[in-house]
Amino acid sequence: MLSYLPDHLLPGAREAARRVLIAAVDRRSVLKGGIAAFALGLFTRPSGAFESYPTGGLQMPRGIVADPLVFVSIDPDGTVTIVAHRSEMGQGSRTSLPMVLADELDADWSRVRILQAPGDEPRYGNQDTDGSRSLRHHIQPMRQMGAAVREMLRRAAAKSWGVEPAAVTVEFHTLKGPDGQSADFGELAEAAMAELVPSFEDLTFKDEAAFRYIGKGEVQITDLHDITTGKAIYGADVRLNGMKVAVIARPPVLGGKVKSYDASETLAVPGVERVIEIAGAPAPVNFLPLGGIAVVATNTWAAERGRERLKIEWDDGPHASYESAAYRAEMEEASKAPDKIFRDQGDVPGAFAAASTIFERSYYQAHMAHIPMEPPVAIASVTTDGCEIWTSVQSPYGAREDVAKDLALPIEQVKVNVTLLGGGFGRKSKWDFAIEAARLSKAVNAPVRVQWTREDDIHNSFMHTTSVERLRVAMDDAGKVTGWHHTSVAPSILSTFAPDNGHQFFIENGMGHVDAPWDVANIRCDNAPALAHARIGWFRSVSNVPRAWAVQSFIAELAHELGRDHKEMLLELIGPPRTIDVATAGMPEDFWNYGEPYAEYPIDTGRLAHVVEVAADAAGWGATLPEGEGLGLAVHRSFVTYVAVAARVRIVDGQIRVPEMHFAVDCGFAANPERIRSQMEGSAVMGMTLALNSGITFADGRVQQSNFHDYDVARADNFPEKVEVHIVPHPFSVHASGIGEPGVPPVAPAMGNAIFAATGRRLRDLPLGTNV
Amino acid sequence: MPIDFSLNGSQHSIDAPSDMPLLWAIRDIVGLTGTKYGCGAGLCGACTVHVDGKAERSCMVSMGEVAGKSVTTIEGLHPEGEHPVQRAWRELNVPQCGFCQTGQIMQAASLVAEKPNITDAEILEGMRGNVCRCGCYQRIVAAVRHAATGI
Repeated sequence: MLSYLPDHLLPGAREAARRVLIAAVDRRSVLKGGIAAFALGLFTRPSGAFESYPTGGLQMPRGIVADPLVFVSIDPDGTVTIVAHRSEMGQGSRTSLPMVLADELDADWSRVRILQAPGDEPRYGNQDTDGSRSLRHHIQPMRQMGAAVREMLRRAAAKSWGVEPAAVTVEFHTLKGPDGQSADFGELAEAAMAELVPSFEDLTFKDEAAFRYIGKGEVQITDLHDITTGKAIYGADVRLNGMKVAVIARPPVLGGKVKSYDASETLAVPGVERVIEIAGAPAPVNFLPLGGIAVVATNTWAAERGRERLKIEWDDGPHASYESAAYRAEMEEASKAPDKIFRDQGDVPGAFAAASTIFERSYYQAHMAHIPMEPPVAIASVTTDGCEIWTSVQSPYGAREDVAKDLALPIEQVKVNVTLLGGGFGRKSKWDFAIEAARLSKAVNAPVRVQWTREDDIHNSFMHTTSVERLRVAMDDAGKVTGWHHTSVAPSILSTFAPDNGHQFFIENGMGHVDAPWDVANIRCDNAPALAHARIGWFRSVSNVPRAWAVQSFIAELAHELGRDHKEMLLELIGPPRTIDVATAGMPEDFWNYGEPYAEYPIDTGRLAHVVEVAADAAGWGATLPEGEGLGLAVHRSFVTYVAVAARVRIVDGQIRVPEMHFAVDCGFAANPERIRSQMEGSAVMGMTLALNSGITFADGRVQQSNFHDYDVARADNFPEKVEVHIVPHPFSVHASGIGEPGVPPVAPAMGNAIFAATGRRLRDLPLGTNV
Repeated sequence: MPIDFSLNGSQHSIDAPSDMPLLWAIRDIVGLTGTKYGCGAGLCGACTVHVDGKAERSCMVSMGEVAGKSVTTIEGLHPEGEHPVQRAWRELNVPQCGFCQTGQIMQAASLVAEKPNITDAEILEGMRGNVCRCGCYQRIVAAVRHAATGI
C-alpha cells in the first residue's frame, strides 16, 4: 500500500548502495561548484544558453542546495531517481522540478522515479513550500544539477572508452562515442557517481530549443495513476501497527482553557481507551497546539463518539466577546484615523488640499478559512529511539524542529515524512497537528493519528484576516488623479507570533499596499491598528486578496464616476512602461518584494499593462453583451507575477453565474504551462468561492460556521464554466515567478466589476453572496 | 456481532458497531485508504463508494445498512485502474492535489452507468455533491462527458 514512501519506511539495500557511491566522492568540489557559485553569482560565462540569476532562495533559511549527489542517483538498470524536496499539494512541483532536472540531464522521463524527501533542510536546503516559491527558486538549481550529472556521465564514458569528454555526446538516456560506442545511463551509473561533481564553470547547458520537457506542458503529474486508483498516500493513509486514533476537543475561543471536564461517558464508549488533557500555549501561540481534551481510541468513529460525550467547562479567556459586526465597525472607525505611514511619495496632504475633486470608498472582507479537502491530520510514533512523523505539511523541517523542541529531543531523533497534501492553501504550513500527534503518541506509548474533523478545521483554523481597506484619490480640474491614499486596517498575522500591537508588518504591506504601481505623483499608504481576537494565519495569496479586491473595485468605481472606460482608466493609472524606482517612490526601507532581489524582479508597469490588454482582448472588451450580462476586469501583481482577469458574469434568476473567465498571466519563463493553466483554472474557482461564499463570522468569540452546509464553496453546478488561460511567452532569461497564488486576487474584483456592469449594483463586501 | 458484506468482490465479516459509518470501517478496519474523509456529513462527496452499484456517501451509510450488500471502493472499480472514467481522468489531466478525486471518480462512474446518454446539465447536477477545493471542475465535467460519450 505504501507506494509513496517505501524508501523512507524501509531503508533497504538501495539506500545503502547509494551511500557507498557517495562516500567515494570529493565533496569539496560540490560546494565550490554548487552553493558557492550560486552565492557569489559568478555567472558571466558567454554560453548564451544558460545565464544564471540570483533569487530570494539564497536568503531562505538554509538556502539552496544544488548538490546532485543529494538529489540524483542512477541505478545500474538506468532508472534515474530524483528527490522531490518540496511538498506537493496540487501545484505540481513534485513533478515540475524533477522534470526540469531530467530534461537538462537528457534523461528519458519514463525511466525517472521520484522520491519524496523527509524534512531535512541541512541536507536539501529550504523546503518551506509556501509563497509560490518552488519553481522560481529551484528551476535553476535543478538545471544545474541535471547538467552536472550529465557531465559526470560524459566524463565516465570518456574514461571508459579512452576518448576525450568533448567527443562524447549525451542523447536521451544514452551516451555516444565518436567511434560508434554507445551506453545507456545505467551502464555508466557507478562510474559516473565516482566522478567529481563539476563546478558551475565546467557545465554546459541545453539550448532552450532543445528542451524536451521544459516549457512543453506535456509531462503528466507523477502521481496521476495513483491518484485515480486510490493508491496515492495522503496524511491519514499511513498505517502503523497498533496505531490509535485521536480527536481533540479544542477551546472554541482563542486563548480559552479547560476549566473542568467529565469524561466518564466518553470512557464508556466501546473503543475509547484514554482521555488526555493537552496543554494550550500562552499568546502568542505560534504553531503550538491550542490545547484541549484528546480522546484516544482504536478507531476514528469511537474517538468521535467519545468526544461528543465529553462534558467540558471552558474558561473562554480574553477574546470571548469577539463579534464580527462590531469588529467591522471598529475597523471602519479606525480606518478614518490612520496612525502609521508605510509609504509616502510626494505630498499627499498637499494634493488633497489642492484637489478639485476627492473620491473615496471603503471595502470590507470577512475572515476566511482554508478548508483543504483533506483536513489537518498527522501520525506520530514516539519510541525510546525518538519520534517519527508522517503528515501532510508544507514545511516538514519546521515541523521537525518544533516537534523536537516540544518533546525535548535532539533533532536527529525526530523524522518528519511528507505525504501528499490533500490541499494546503497555507493551512498546512502550520504544523500544530503534528505536535499534537507527537505529544499523544508519547503519552499513550503507541503510534497515534490525530484526525481533525471538518468542524475542527473551520472552528480552529488559522484564520485569514478580516479587513477594511479605505481608498481616496485627489483629482485636478481635468479629472487627472494627483493623489492616492490607501489606508489598510486588518488584524495582523504577526499577532500569532509576537505581542500584538495591531499594526500590519512589512510582509503584509508588500502585498498590494505599498507596492501600488500607479503613475500618480503623490502616494500614501498607511495603517491603523486592529488587535487580533482570532488565530490569524495566511491563506493562499494572503493580503493580496483584500487589497486587490479593494483597489481593483475602486478603480472601476472611479472610472464609472468619471464616465470613463474602465480599461482605459486602469491603463492610464498604470502609466507608461517603466520599472518603479523604489528609491524615489517613498517606499519603506523594509519594502518586501516577495523576498526577491528587486533588480531581478522589479515592478514592471509594461508587463502589468500588457496582461490587462491580453485579458481584455481575449474577453472581447467593449462588445455589447446581452441583458443581464457584464464583463469585469482586474489586474494584480503578486508573488512577482502579473495576472489580469476578465470575467463575464450572467445573472440568472438573481443567481450570479460565470460563463467565461480569461486569465492573462505573465510569470516569466513558463516551465510547465499545463500546470500553470490548471493553477489558473483552480484560482478561478477558489476566487469565485471567496467572492461569493467565503465568510467566517464570530460571535461570543466563537466561529459561527462548521461545515460545507454553512461554509459552502463553488460546486460543479455553478463555477467558472470556461476558463481560458493566456500565458505571456518568455525565454528562460526572463525569470520564472510564482504561480500557485497570484491567480486568485484579481478574480473577486473582476467578478464584482462584472456584476456592476450587469446589474448596476456595486458590491463592496466580501463575500458578496451567491445572489444579487 | 460481526457484519457480513461484500467488499470489492470478496466477502468480509467485520466486527464493528452497527452504527459505525461504512467510511471508517473501510479505512480503519479493512485498511483501504482510497476512500477519503472530507466532511463526515454527506456534504462533500470525498468518501463516495458504490453500494449495490449505486454511488453513496460512505460517511452517511452505517455498517448495519450494508449488511448483506455489495460495496465497491475505488480500489475495486477496475482491477487495473482502467475504468473508462479513470482513463478519462488521466487523459484530461484532471487532478491537482487529488484528494477528492477518488470520490469524484466513483460518483462519475455511477452517473455514467445510470445515464449512458448523459447531457451536460445532468453532469453538472450529478456532480454537484462532490467538492473540489483545488477547483478542477472544468476538467471534471469534461472528463465525465469524455468517459460517457467519447467526446
